[in-house]
Amino acid sequence: MKIIITTVSPNIESEVDPRFGRGAYLLEVDPDTLAWQAHPNSGVSAAGGAGIQAAQLAANQKVEAVISGDFGPNAFNALNAAGISMYLFGSCRTVREALERFKAGQLERVGAPTQAKHH
Amino acid sequence: MISLRVAVASGKGGTGKTTVSTSLALSFASEPPLFLDCDVEAPDAHLFLKPTFERRQEVGILIPQVDEARCAHCGRCAEVCQYHAIAVLGEKALVFPQLCHGCGSCALVCPEKAITETLAVIGVLESGPAAAGVHFARGVLNVGEPMATPVIRQLKQWAAPQPGQAVIIDASPGTSCPVVESARGVDFLLLVTEPTPFGLHDLRLAAQVGRALNLPIGVVINRDGIGDNGVAEFCAAEGLPILLRIPFDRAIAAGIARGRPLVEICPEYTARFQELWAWIVEQTRQVERGGA
Repeated sequence: MKIIITTVSPNIESEVDPRFGRGAYLLEVDPDTLAWQAHPNSGVSAAGGAGIQAAQLAANQKVEAVISGDFGPNAFNALNAAGISMYLFGSCRTVREALERFKAGQLERVGAPTQAKHH
Repeated sequence: MISLRVAVASGKGGTGKTTVSTSLALSFASEPPLFLDCDVEAPDAHLFLKPTFERRQEVGILIPQVDEARCAHCGRCAEVCQYHAIAVLGEKALVFPQLCHGCGSCALVCPEKAITETLAVIGVLESGPAAAGVHFARGVLNVGEPMATPVIRQLKQWAAPQPGQAVIIDASPGTSCPVVESARGVDFLLLVTEPTPFGLHDLRLAAQVGRALNLPIGVVINRDGIGDNGVAEFCAAEGLPILLRIPFDRAIAAGIARGRPLVEICPEYTARFQELWAWIVEQTRQVERGGA
């Protein structure tokens, strides 16, 4: 199983980045083996559609879940269409904390966009 | 005979673009101009020129529609889209119409010919006769639609001037795509500003847009008498001629607020706008001669 966490730095010791589309890195992690790979998020500088771009990457990497601080309507619809579940960090500050809480089933699952439209 | 086209822009909003453009249009002694309200997100020139709309046409952009039966989910469309308006998520292609610029690249690259383009209406064009024989046309972007540029582009094509008829374009505030689209292809850019640091800041940006579009530029200072000398100093340093100053005057403000054009509030401005127009005509002739 692979998941994506939005992070500030490109490694598993990073703090989480609360933004999905505009998060600095998309860290792909296997929660069991802790094998990871960091993808720089090209959506950081995108004029628009950053959340869709990040969702496209998640779908291309065939991950099963994404953990971030919030999901806009476009990102939500894209991830939903890809069948990728969305979870919120909540109070977690680091990737390791978020992974622990995710494995323990303690993260809030998102069933609707958590943020208003940009336009 | 070639039509002279002048765009009125400002950078900062609320400096008096529409005050200037509408009174300029009302000052023509003969052969009234075609007036285009290109501020499609918040058109307001009709308040002063009082047109009767006789023609109306919906406008939109071509949005991709994916035939899932033909789609092989190869993802080429998502790769080519600069605006992330289409995503291929596993076994599903998803279109985000509000991000689409209608360029058609996705349909072009689709190897399965699974994409057809359908018109999504985003606004309307309207035209008709207005005060003092002015030919009026405007675009109105539907509320909630984010993209003004296609409406402006289509307005400029739809409302064509008679041979030799002047065209006055009222642009939107700012210096982004809608302003560039409004000013593209005109012969002269008239920048309306106010003598304040904010006015100057945005005049600087608007002048850069004009220079990038290779347009001759003239400046109108509105609310003259407030603020500081920054705008005048900038214009002198940049070689931008100040063609008209309109004072900060309560009677003008009160009249504008009631929808009265400046030339009606202060009839002496008719001659001033005629002089301004004659100067622009002369200036653009010189540019033509200089360029020939």
